Amino acid sequence: MNWRKWSLLLTIVFAMSMFLAACGGGDDADTDTDGEANDTEEASGDEELADEQELSVNIKTEPPSLHPGTSTDTTSSAVLDQVFEGLTRVNQDNEVEEGMAESWDISDDELTYTFHLREDATWSNGDPVTASDFEYAWKWVLDPENADTDYAYQLYPIKGAEDAKEDDGSLDDVGITAEDDHTLVVELEQPTEYFLELTAFYTYYPLNEDVVSENKDWATDAGDDYVTNGPFQLVSWDHKDNIVIEKNEDYWDADTVKLETITMHMIDDENTALQMYENDDIDWIGDPTDSVPLAAIPTMKDADELEISDRAGVYYYSFNTEEEPFDNENIRKAFAYSLDRTSIVENITQGEQKPATALVPPSIFEENEEGYFEDNDVDTAKEYLEKGLDELGIDELPTIKLSYNTDEGHAAIAQAAQDIWKKELEVEVELNNEEWNVFLDSLGEGDYQVGRMGWIADFNDAINFLEIFETVGGNNYTNWEDEEFQKLIKESRSELDTDKRREILRDAEEIFMDHMPIAPVYFYTNLYAFKDNVKNITVSPIGNIQYKWGYITEE
Amino acid sequence: MFKYILKRVGFIFISLFFIVTITFFLMQAAPGGPFTSERKVPPKIEEQLNEAYGLDEPLIIQYKDYLVNIVKWDFGPSFKQKGQSVNDIINRSFKYSLILGFEAIFLALSVGVFLGVLAALYHNKFGDYAAMIFAVLGISVPSFILAAVLQYTFAFKLGLFPIAKFDSFMHSILPAVALATTPLAFIARLMRASMLEVLNSDYIKTAKAKGLSSRVTIYRHGIRNAILPVVSYLGPLVTAILTGSFIIEKIFAIPGLGNEFVESITNRDYTVIMGTTVFFSILLLFSILIVDIIYGLIDPRIKITGSKGDQ
Repeated sequence: MNWRKWSLLLTIVFAMSMFLAACGGGDDADTDTDGEANDTEEASGDEELADEQELSVNIKTEPPSLHPGTSTDTTSSAVLDQVFEGLTRVNQDNEVEEGMAESWDISDDELTYTFHLREDATWSNGDPVTASDFEYAWKWVLDPENADTDYAYQLYPIKGAEDAKEDDGSLDDVGITAEDDHTLVVELEQPTEYFLELTAFYTYYPLNEDVVSENKDWATDAGDDYVTNGPFQLVSWDHKDNIVIEKNEDYWDADTVKLETITMHMIDDENTALQMYENDDIDWIGDPTDSVPLAAIPTMKDADELEISDRAGVYYYSFNTEEEPFDNENIRKAFAYSLDRTSIVENITQGEQKPATALVPPSIFEENEEGYFEDNDVDTAKEYLEKGLDELGIDELPTIKLSYNTDEGHAAIAQAAQDIWKKELEVEVELNNEEWNVFLDSLGEGDYQVGRMGWIADFNDAINFLEIFETVGGNNYTNWEDEEFQKLIKESRSELDTDKRREILRDAEEIFMDHMPIAPVYFYTNLYAFKDNVKNITVSPIGNIQYKWGYITEE
Repeated sequence: MFKYILKRVGFIFISLFFIVTITFFLMQAAPGGPFTSERKVPPKIEEQLNEAYGLDEPLIIQYKDYLVNIVKWDFGPSFKQKGQSVNDIINRSFKYSLILGFEAIFLALSVGVFLGVLAALYHNKFGDYAAMIFAVLGISVPSFILAAVLQYTFAFKLGLFPIAKFDSFMHSILPAVALATTPLAFIARLMRASMLEVLNSDYIKTAKAKGLSSRVTIYRHGIRNAILPVVSYLGPLVTAILTGSFIIEKIFAIPGLGNEFVESITNRDYTVIMGTTVFFSILLLFSILIVDIIYGLIDPRIKITGSKGDQ
């Protein structure tokens, strides 16, 4: 081989590429300065709609599934909520409003819901949306033949649903009947106060039976078979790269929808996303699909750029009530009372989270802003410790193991807990971090003493938090259960009166807090920032984002 | 020559078999499974999931099925990215990794060799020191720091390049530079050392004494001999760049295969783990084979046929 020629060629090509880079760079710099020029031409701030109704957001990762029946996560829901619509839709004020259903009747025993569907609702391929599309979609999820339907249990309030999915019950016995094209009758297992909220949830979205039954891979790519009925429709889906959705002109409420195009980028790295946001490449960062980098929070807060809203979720330390010394209630209380939540929230998480001394977040039970006990109540904690040690018949606590899944944030919080427990309770705390799957495995097997956990509600109701601890197993890693607590949860399910039901659930929470199988740490918040010209888009307490009502103003 | 390659390909298949087997059982031994999640799925539904994906079968049956499918080049469906097959995932993401990797290798090779030769020719002079300081920096600064610095200065502050994504040639420059720097520095040092050795050898002196121009001496006799260690480094380099781009892909939001490779392990997405591992192993084994063949072509002293030189 002739190396002389080779190296000459390499040098030239390399020099060429540098040259090209320099040229291209010039163009880019130009467009950038243009953008800034536009920014400076600020209008007086009146709400004039911009000509270009284009929004660019970050959904962080590839949505695991854009099939409403098989998806289970916020990223997928951030797309699905725009392109599909259920019987109802939860609006910007977190109230249920009409979606595909124009109206509904509820029987006196609250067991039968009759939905009247809009006559003018159509699918994106022109077919009318009928009651049987709903019946088909829901029964598809409940069909044991269809795996990947992890969220089938969201449909379990419907009569016979659990039976059909898990115990060989017949799908024909499930309480879903399409009486005619526009009437859907749903019978419930028991009164469910939040059922209308559930019908806005993606597992309850309809599917176009004709298209879906023909092509089982209809939801893996954008295209003719991805038929939807929401305010937007899917235009393109470049896997792991971006998703583009466009306004659906045939949507029944198309007049309300202002945004024409929404590009959803998948940028995994928070810092990259932040730089793109500051560079005006994207209009929104942070919750619900992404997060603001921890290091940027203080500066953004100072610049008044950051929006903070309540999120229905709680971060807590779960005690393994079968392991010494946490089989003792007073010891558990000592640990829970002594935590300094205010300092954790102010110095570590920094996202205006609320110190939690209760289980149910204040977006559901307002009283829980105060909670059941005082934060960092060291004196009471010491009393409990004393009592607990007496009951156990020991002089001092053995070394405690605090487990969490590997993550900077969890580690920092665990260190703060370690510090305060060591100082106030004079106990050695060993920190133990494990990879996520390994961690879940250890917790599930009860191979832990204190473990980090979190819970974010699927719908804004207290039962979502309380029923986790109804029985041992599932998401209840504490090995704690209590008959009285179970009785109250059961009672709440048949109580029709809203206020009384709330009372019952409050009582249940009180029992729970009295046994303290977990030490709540803080209630989550949504943290996000968006460009000044983006209007009327909010993040709901359960982490839903809706672009239906959003618009862009002239700057 | 042909016999030699045949023999090597045979060894590749044996290595592959061991890689597949070890990965399969290690993966199964790791705690947690693809359907473990913070929100526990009702046990009945989990059973249905296991059944649908064949995870309820005894391990040995799963292993056998898996081997058969690999031979058919069918890696099965992804557990986490519902409805997508592992073949789809590899096909769509490998092209990004390939373009990025190719650019990075090109950069590393051209600049690395150039710097190394430069340093050797100006031994113990300014050029040498400058090139070697650059090389030491390149080796010691981790690529993710370099990536962040490049992104911040050239894309964000100066606005010369897009910050992230992979839509055009412009988008690929910063990640390629970030990815190339470490191997580039390594190649430069390698090249310098071997070039110095070559320059002091007798045949270079002979060439000079013969009155050949210094350019001919350096290019035809010097570099050609000195490049050999760099060529043998190429095999592992190709694979390291293609697999090791995870961090770079994350920082620059590139939907490449390095990302899938690492994430599949966190997700316990069994089929994707196996698919990407097999794919990368094949890549590694074949690039080593190709390097060995090239080696023989460049250096007549290496006799790959075992009987007579091949030139």
